[in-house]
Amino acid sequence: MLDRTPNDAHRSVGDAETKPVRFRGGGFTPVASRWAGLLALAAALGLWQLIGSLALVNSLFLPTPLGIVSALIRLAESGALWQHVSASLLRILSGWALGTASGIVVGFAIGLWRIARSIGITFVSALFPIPKIAVLPLLILWLGIGEQPKIATIALGVFFSTTISVYSGVDAVPRNLIRMAQSFDVPFPTIVRKVIWPGALPSILAGFRITASVALMLVVSAEMIGAETGIGTFVLQAGNLMQTDQLMAGILVLSLFGLAVGRLISLLEARLLHWR
Amino acid sequence: MDLIAETISHRFDALDVLDGVSFTAGAGEVVAIVGPSGCGKSTLLAILGGLLQPSTGQALLRGAPPAGSLNPLTFVFQDFALLPWASVADNVALPLLHTSLSAQQRAAAVDDALRRTGLVDFRMAYPKQLSGGMRQRVGIARALVVRPAMLLMDEPLSALDSQTRELLMEDFVDLLADGAMGAVYVTHNLEEAVRLADRIVVLSRRPGRIRKVVTVPATRRARGDQAMRAQLLDLQNELWALIRTEAIDAEREVQHA
Repeated sequence: MLDRTPNDAHRSVGDAETKPVRFRGGGFTPVASRWAGLLALAAALGLWQLIGSLALVNSLFLPTPLGIVSALIRLAESGALWQHVSASLLRILSGWALGTASGIVVGFAIGLWRIARSIGITFVSALFPIPKIAVLPLLILWLGIGEQPKIATIALGVFFSTTISVYSGVDAVPRNLIRMAQSFDVPFPTIVRKVIWPGALPSILAGFRITASVALMLVVSAEMIGAETGIGTFVLQAGNLMQTDQLMAGILVLSLFGLAVGRLISLLEARLLHWR
Repeated sequence: MDLIAETISHRFDALDVLDGVSFTAGAGEVVAIVGPSGCGKSTLLAILGGLLQPSTGQALLRGAPPAGSLNPLTFVFQDFALLPWASVADNVALPLLHTSLSAQQRAAAVDDALRRTGLVDFRMAYPKQLSGGMRQRVGIARALVVRPAMLLMDEPLSALDSQTRELLMEDFVDLLADGAMGAVYVTHNLEEAVRLADRIVVLSRRPGRIRKVVTVPATRRARGDQAMRAQLLDLQNELWALIRTEAIDAEREVQHA
């Protein structure tokens, strides 16, 4: 038997008809096609433009894509766009930075220390579900009319989401790695720096995606309630004046901002999580 | 430096895991711990390495560590326990970060450990880029870098295929050849125990008690000889006969758990 060649082995099955085994291992791996997505977007925009150009819908209710772009260009040329965008950006960056920094500190404390966990989770669970924009009037009372209550509202929204993503990330660090480091007498601060922080980073960066959206939503809401400049204010004023092309231009700016932040976080992930 | 298990007992809540285990692993000696599943082998190793407080009894060190030793007891883990975000060199350097060594001395120690484990060409690789055998070599290099008196190895080869296991066993024989470093080697695999250990401690089913301590004849190098094979196989069969009935009971217990 051992001396047989592979061909002998084939022959040994006899003269019965053979047929290939049907491939059944295709699995399920949907892969997004970049071009298909862009084509679909272009087709949707084309259809939208066509509907507007043929006057099938009143442009007051649905301005055309080209009308929105030209409104955006006019806003940029007049300097109004930058005035509103810079005001919103300042609020977002200040509030996000404040909420993220405090969320990371509190999240790590909850993840690492028993007392902080006991107290922290109780407060986070109780306060996280409150819509933060509902607190804005109270914050105006406490902090006065100005930038502070708007920044504080954003910071509060960002803080809770960051706290949760950080302590969830710390919890998700494989315990065998911490035990390994302890077995080599690695001191606690070094374990936090070399094991827990990098281990929690995927969850923290995933949290950044969420908090960037939270900050964007809150800045628009806060500016709609009480501000003289900012994209939220601009969108509200345009709506009140029935300038729907400008309103849509404002929404486009918000969308582009969201895309830019998402791209930035993707780059950050590619750089910091290349080991995955 | 000797490592002593002094009447170690341990319970997890209502579960008695170890009962009065005592033995000494002498300097440069390799002691294998075998026994049926769930007999407390890994628990015993964790206690010996200071990762777990025993319910009663204690783990003791006797004598001075070898010259240049920065940590007398280091672990080699079954699941490798490598930092996936760190390169091979950074993983190996982890136990040195808090020591008083200069950066130059640290680099030299890492280079030496990588050389001893055949990892010099992989120093910048990440764990995901390595095979299981190479990952365990990183785990071994990390354990060696502090020049321990005693390696504590918890089923270090059980996650590997048989060919890689054979190759790493040969490496263990080389690493332990000069007798400068001892080891406590927990394993299910009796062949590994017979190939690598000077003495084999056989534990009973839970709660683990010492049933027998077997001395393995011949030096580790000589055990590779054809002439020794039959004798070692007899010893392996003798050990299996000691464990078999309890291993069957333990397996049924696990299935019913």
